[in-house]
Amino acid sequence: MTAVGFDWMKSKSQEICLDDLDRQILRLLQENAKQTYSEIGAKLNVAHSTVYDRIQKMEHGGFITKYEAMVDAERMGIPLITAQMTITADPKETENIAVKMTRFGQVLEVSTSFSEELVIIAKVVAKDQGELHSFIARSVAPLPGVLRIRTAIVTKKYKEERFSVGQDKKFSRLKE
Amino acid sequence: MREEAFYFFTSIGNYTGVSAASLDEFLQRIKDVDIKSLEFHLFREDFEKWISQTLGDSRLAEDIKNVRIQKIVGNTLQDRLYFLISRRLKELKGASARLSGGF
Repeated sequence: MTAVGFDWMKSKSQEICLDDLDRQILRLLQENAKQTYSEIGAKLNVAHSTVYDRIQKMEHGGFITKYEAMVDAERMGIPLITAQMTITADPKETENIAVKMTRFGQVLEVSTSFSEELVIIAKVVAKDQGELHSFIARSVAPLPGVLRIRTAIVTKKYKEERFSVGQDKKFSRLKE
Repeated sequence: MREEAFYFFTSIGNYTGVSAASLDEFLQRIKDVDIKSLEFHLFREDFEKWISQTLGDSRLAEDIKNVRIQKIVGNTLQDRLYFLISRRLKELKGASARLSGGF
């Protein structure tokens, strides 16, 4: 189980500042959100009540958005293929299409990107190629404003991680 | 949303942006769409399914099935599909004109 947190120094609404202790608690929660307040307190040499108060503050401040279980679909015997879709759309409809994409269960991530043109990028899963194609043909291509879709099926994954607290400090220490 | 339309892809998940909502539109698109798309859909039996299930034209679907069985590809496929569909459209329009003319 991991905690999904954002490493902003201040929340936009409440202007809460995070200090080093908060960041360390977040890092520990991201490693394992099932740890008790006492376990976290023992690792950081602070009282469990302090950990509780800090976590409450970060939950209410929007730094921790949810706690979730990471499930290994392969281990569960659910065959899944993952694909990255790039949707080129009428610029007037891009926002609408992106929002509609978020409502499909097959879609795990949706974002927009601008390089040469504005596109929607979506990560989708399906049981097999046939189901993937049916989903795109029946649900995505008919959305008003869709001009073109390119889909790349993932064949091998080399790394998959969420952003974690403290990771920003590692960016400058990239080794060859 | 044109859910009943035919959407032309060149491979799994790769949509060309070309669609057709009627047999008339389908005929026009066949002239312009990438031939790879025609081959992709023919051998997946997508044309046959759409024509029989959505348009309800089992006779034309049978004609297209025969094209698939003959494994026709490339420009010949494009020409053959164009011929079959335009011929069928003429038949249907002729029948419709006779009906409205009181025959």
